[in-house]
Amino acid sequence: MISLAGRDIRHAWARFVLTGLGLGLLIGVTLTMAGVYRGMVDDGRVLLDNSGADLWVVQRDTQGPYAEPSSVRDDLYRSVQALPGVADAASVTYLTMQVQADGREFRAMVVGIDASRPGAPGWPPRLVAGRHIAQAHDEAVVDAAAGLLPGQVLHLRGEPYTVVGQSRRTVSSGGDPMVFIPLRDAQQAQFQRDDDAVDQDRRRLDASTRDAPAAVREALAGAQLAHPFVNAVLVRVQPGVAPDAVAADVRRWLRHEAHTREAMEEILIGKLIATSARQIALFLVILAVVSAAIVAFIIYTMTLGKLREIAVLKLIGTRDRTIGWMILQQSLLLGAVGFASGRIVAGAWAPAFPKFVLLVPEDSALGLVLVLVICALASLVSIHAALRVDPADAIGG
Amino acid sequence: MDDGIRIEGLGKTYGQGDTAVEALRGVDMRVAPGEVVGLVGPSGSGKSTLLKCLGAVIEPTRGRMWLGGQPIYDDGWKVADLRALRRDRIGFVFQAPHLIPFLDVLDNVALLPMLAGMPNAEARRRARELLEALDVGHRAAASPSHLSGGEQQRVAIARALANHPPVILADEPTAPLDGERALGVVRLLNEMAARYRTAVIVVTHDEKIIPTFKRLYQIRGGITSEVAGSGARATG
Repeated sequence: MISLAGRDIRHAWARFVLTGLGLGLLIGVTLTMAGVYRGMVDDGRVLLDNSGADLWVVQRDTQGPYAEPSSVRDDLYRSVQALPGVADAASVTYLTMQVQADGREFRAMVVGIDASRPGAPGWPPRLVAGRHIAQAHDEAVVDAAAGLLPGQVLHLRGEPYTVVGQSRRTVSSGGDPMVFIPLRDAQQAQFQRDDDAVDQDRRRLDASTRDAPAAVREALAGAQLAHPFVNAVLVRVQPGVAPDAVAADVRRWLRHEAHTREAMEEILIGKLIATSARQIALFLVILAVVSAAIVAFIIYTMTLGKLREIAVLKLIGTRDRTIGWMILQQSLLLGAVGFASGRIVAGAWAPAFPKFVLLVPEDSALGLVLVLVICALASLVSIHAALRVDPADAIGG
Repeated sequence: MDDGIRIEGLGKTYGQGDTAVEALRGVDMRVAPGEVVGLVGPSGSGKSTLLKCLGAVIEPTRGRMWLGGQPIYDDGWKVADLRALRRDRIGFVFQAPHLIPFLDVLDNVALLPMLAGMPNAEARRRARELLEALDVGHRAAASPSHLSGGEQQRVAIARALANHPPVILADEPTAPLDGERALGVVRLLNEMAARYRTAVIVVTHDEKIIPTFKRLYQIRGGITSEVAGSGARATG
C-alpha cells in the first residue's frame, strides 16, 4: 500500500515545508525558553563550581552570600582553617554593581578574593587570556562576557583597575559576568563611606565620648574607619572528610552558619530562581497550548482542503483507519519538520541572548516527544472531521 | 443475466411520519454483464438517491438487490462490510473525474487493487494495462492536473474498472465534455463493459448520448420504467 500522507506532502511539499518552518519558529521560541531556564540553573551551578568550595561559612541565620546579605569578620577564615578536616579557607566578598569601562557601563558581580594566595577558594578556576591577579591592589580578572581584554581599564566606584586576565563562564546566578579584584579593594568598594559620612561619624563619636580616656577614643575612632568584614568564608575540606561534619563544627564552635554544596544548590536553584522558573514554566505551558492550537488549525485546514478527495477515498472503499493514519502521519511529520527547524533556529539564535541559553539534549528529546504528542492530539479534530465525511458527497446530488 | 445487477421493488423514504419523503417508490432494473444502460429523469426524480442505494452509500428502505448474482439487499443489507462491497464490486465514475490530486495517474488507478490487498507491483501492472486499454497509458506518470478533461475521465473509467467489478455506476460522466468527447466516453464504456463483462448504469441528462443506449430506464416520481433505446450509434 502506498503512503497517502507521503504522496500528499510530496504533492504540495513547498507549502508543507513553509508551514513546518513557521511552526518551527514557534517551537524554537519554546526550546529557547527551556534553554533560558537551563541556563539560569547552569549559571547557579557554575557559580558554585567556580568558587572551588565545599562549604560556605556565612553570618548566622542567613542564607548568604548569594541569596541574602551576609557579613562576617575577615579574620574568621583563620578560625575556620584551624578546624579539623579543613584543607583551606579564604575570605570572599560578593557585590553586584555597575562597572564602567571602555566608555560604557555594564552590570557585574564583583568578587573580592585573597590576592596573596593563588589558588585559594574563590579564585577564578582558569583563564582564557592574560594572568591571575598578582598585586594586592588595582588589578582585575574579568569574565569574557564583559568584553574586556587584558590591558584595558575598568572603574569601580571611580577607582581604576587594570584588567590582567580573562576568565570564561564565571558568572553570577543572574548571569552577570564576574569581575575579580583583590579582597582589600573589594572591601573598600563595598563598605567604604564618603568623606562627609566619616566626618559626621567622627563628630558624633567626639560628642558621645568626650569624657572617655584618650586611648579609648582613639580605639573607637580607628574602629569607625575600619571595615574588617567580608561576605563569606569559602572552605575546602580535606579529601575523605564529610563537609557536613565540618559544617557542624562551624555551627557549634564558631557560631556561624555553614552551607554545604547541596544546601547552596537548594538555595540558589530551589529558592533564588524559583520564581523565574515558575514564570518560564508558565510561558512554556502557554507556548505548548498555542503550538497545539496552531498545529490543530493547520492540520484542520489541510484536511478541509481535501474533503472531496476524502469522500472519494471513502466511496471507493478506503478504510477509516487508512484516512485517519494519513492525517496523523501528516500531523506527526509536520511536527517533526517543525521541531527540526525549531531546534536549528534555537541553536542559531541562542548565542545572541544576553544571558546564557543552555539547550540540553534531554530537553530536545522531551520537546520532540511533546511536539509529537501535541501533533497527534491536534490531529484528532481533523481525523474526526474526516471520518464524518459522507462518501455520498462524492456522488453529489 | 443474473451476473449483472438486478433490483426489485427498491424503495427509499427519507424521514418519518408527516415529514416523510418517498424518494424511490419501487424501482425495478436489470442490467446484464457487458451491458450499458442509461438512466434518465428530471431533477428531483430520484436519480441520485437510486445511485446512492445502488452504490451502497445509503440504505434503501425496502426492496431487493442482487449484484453479480448474489443478494446484497433484501429488506436489509446482506453484506457486512459495505466499504469492501464498494471497493471490490462496484465501480464509480463521477460527473467530475474526482481523481486524487496527490497521486499520479497510475496510482490513482492502482489504489483500488492496493486497498483490496493486492501487492503494489501487481496493482500497478493491472492499472497500466487498463490505462493502455483506455489509451492514456502514456500519461501514467503524470499528475491528474496535467491531463485534459477527456483524459481525466478515461483515467476515472480505468479506476472504476480496476478491481474488475460486476457493475459500474456512472453519474453524468459526459457532463463536462463536448459532443465528440462525450460520445467517445460512452464508446469507451461500452468497450470496457464488453471486455470486462461489467454491467454499466449511466445516469445522464446529456441529450447527445441518450440515443446511444440500447436500453434506457426513465425514473419519474421515484418509479423506473424501461423505455425503448435506439442505441447503435456509439456502440456499433
